[in-house]
Amino acid sequence: MKTGAKILVEGLQREGVETIFGYPGGVVLPIYDELYDSSLRHILVRHEQAAAHAADGFARASGRVGVCLATSGPGACNLVTGIATAYMDSVPIVAITGQVPTSLLGNDAFQESDITGITLPITKHNYLVKRTEDLGRVLKEAFYIAGTGRKGPVLVDIPKDVSMRSIEYEHTASEPVTLRGYQPTLRGHAKQIDKALEMIFEAEQPVIYAGGGIIASDASEELVRLAEALAIPVTTTLMGLGTIPCDHPLNLGMLGMHGTRSANYAVTESDLLIAIGARFDDRVTGKLDSFASHARIIHIDIDPAEIGKNKKVDVPIVGDVRSVLQDMLAKLQKKKSYDRWLTRIRGWKEKHPLRYVSDNCLRPQYVIEELSSLLKGEGIIVSEVGQNQMWTAQYFCFRKPRTWITSGGLGTMGYGFPAAMGAHFACPDQVVFDIAGDGSFQMNIQELSTVASNKIPVKVAVLNNRFLGMVRQWQELFHNRRYSFTELPPVDFVKVANAYGVDGIKVESCDEVVPALKAAIETDGPFVLDFRVEREENVFPMVPAGAAINEMIGGKQE
Amino acid sequence: MKPHTLSVLVENKAGVLSRVTGLFSRRGYNIESLAVGICEEPGMSRITIVCIGDDAGIEQVMKQLNKLIDVIKVSDLTDNERVERELALIKVTAEPGTSRAEVMQLATIFRAQIIDVAAKTIILSITGDTEKIDAFEKLLRQYGVKELVRTGRIAMLRGSKVLKGGK
Ligand SMILES: Cc1ncc(C[n+]2csc(CCOP(=O)(O)OP(=O)(O)O)c2C)c(N)n1
Repeated sequence: MKTGAKILVEGLQREGVETIFGYPGGVVLPIYDELYDSSLRHILVRHEQAAAHAADGFARASGRVGVCLATSGPGACNLVTGIATAYMDSVPIVAITGQVPTSLLGNDAFQESDITGITLPITKHNYLVKRTEDLGRVLKEAFYIAGTGRKGPVLVDIPKDVSMRSIEYEHTASEPVTLRGYQPTLRGHAKQIDKALEMIFEAEQPVIYAGGGIIASDASEELVRLAEALAIPVTTTLMGLGTIPCDHPLNLGMLGMHGTRSANYAVTESDLLIAIGARFDDRVTGKLDSFASHARIIHIDIDPAEIGKNKKVDVPIVGDVRSVLQDMLAKLQKKKSYDRWLTRIRGWKEKHPLRYVSDNCLRPQYVIEELSSLLKGEGIIVSEVGQNQMWTAQYFCFRKPRTWITSGGLGTMGYGFPAAMGAHFACPDQVVFDIAGDGSFQMNIQELSTVASNKIPVKVAVLNNRFLGMVRQWQELFHNRRYSFTELPPVDFVKVANAYGVDGIKVESCDEVVPALKAAIETDGPFVLDFRVEREENVFPMVPAGAAINEMIGGKQE
Repeated sequence: MKPHTLSVLVENKAGVLSRVTGLFSRRGYNIESLAVGICEEPGMSRITIVCIGDDAGIEQVMKQLNKLIDVIKVSDLTDNERVERELALIKVTAEPGTSRAEVMQLATIFRAQIIDVAAKTIILSITGDTEKIDAFEKLLRQYGVKELVRTGRIAMLRGSKVLKGGK
């Protein structure tokens, strides 16, 4: 005989789970009791939102499914932002929540909330498990759904009596899950692939627009091979950074609102846009009618619903990006030279590199550049949201997939620090940095206690500008510098860190930057760097909201 | 913008209906008519939805529906030869000696059935397409419609083609 809780914990281990992030409460007591002497590692966070973000960070860094656990009602509700964050970026996590006993369901019982109802629009699927007998199967399905097709979060809600009850149960040998309503298309259609190749050979000015789907399907190698085979320039989305090395000659950098001028010009002038694992998000396209308006479009994506959602597509290919790219590479026989196009692109790249004022002021971009050269492309960089995120995307040189972790779709402040904890458990040998703003860091700053007590060696680099910087930038540019509620009082983050038992250094001048970064890297445990940066630095170039992406302001050669 | 008739084959499980209808409201579409019931496949239900929208919007809704794990198949019947039916129950004032004969005559013309007779009212049952039921109801108004209950529309392709599972 086994309790539901035991079936759950064993089931998690059978899925290969080693670490889960959670927070206890009344209705998950049976599960916690089971965890007490289980070999499954449980990391006690200080807020459930951090558990969800940590599971998400783990998933993004490892490519495996991350797991978080919370109690019913307030615990489950605290997971919501984390689940929505994972949903928007197609990250596979399984969120397990306790629920009031089945006899009380719908009764407004103590700490009851309809979490399957609440998370309906932000999960790939969710379950309310009403019988212990179903638990084993549901868990398997949850992992299968989360980690296949277009990945995403799955929530499993388990009433207390379901986890307490004992039944005869043996985990069956892992037979594949079959769901008649869920059969993602993995292989691309051969004829469509032929058409795409034809179009590529007909084009004179092609650009590859590479998104996070390439990372999700582990297809970075194939992407670079395809780009190199024909010498097609590549621009990546925020989520696609790391798919092609930053310093690869064909890489144009990021496109979109804070993309490079060369990337945005190239897309605007292109006659063929090859979108791979990307979804034409409004932060990428700017004014939709002007986006790649001279180009024919090939769109490769695992999710048929993304095809033609925002932009009409000439050749759609539904399938797993990796499989489609492999098929394309196998069929690639002819050669083609886009030399004139590449020359133009090189001209843009030379004329419009990313730039910032290099002086004696402590500029945030400088901090990131120095970190980038210290780490030499190693390590995992996580960010918060705002200017810190955009500067990191612009100035850190990413060379490998899964080394850049950020909340793209939802843009969740407070994501970075807990996600960095998760990334550490995925890659314990890598140094993990969270590049933070002072606003974002304070959204999950309580996790200093988690990293301290578990000795999680995450380094937090706070670009402390005493503003909600990105919002302030918009107020400066579009609201007459009326800084309405965006100024933050000074916080001494080193003191805060120390209070939790974490070391830190305050950095106030340029020449302190490198020694401080080195100190953080060399410290075994967690570390907080409080960079007192230029307060009103802006992220440039920038496409104003609603403008075409080639209508950029700032960052031009003087 | 035109009405689309969608036929959605789903797992017969708790919560499926709210997954399906929630998707419409979330993406800004109103459901004009909805009918749900079991179907020829054990464990499955068929939902017929009438929804007004442009072709691109409806296509997006259908693709999103298809992504729901509990949805087995989605078909747009709009541009196909099909039969459609609704059922209505109408409680109408029909006092013996005065209007009752006229109401019964109308019922005969519309092939409605009298399924309950009381002292001052009768209940009529009518099936047909939307227009027929609308017309019948309009004619009955003058006698006094006390209560009207209408099902959602159900639809089926004409001919031997069937809408089976398998995405
Ligand atoms: C949870 C949440 N609330 C509000 C916002 C809106 N927002 C976007 S950027 C930003 C400012 C971020 O400030 P900070 O973390 O200090 O970073 P900075 O931009 O200064 O680098 C805000 C408030 C958000 N993205 N997430």
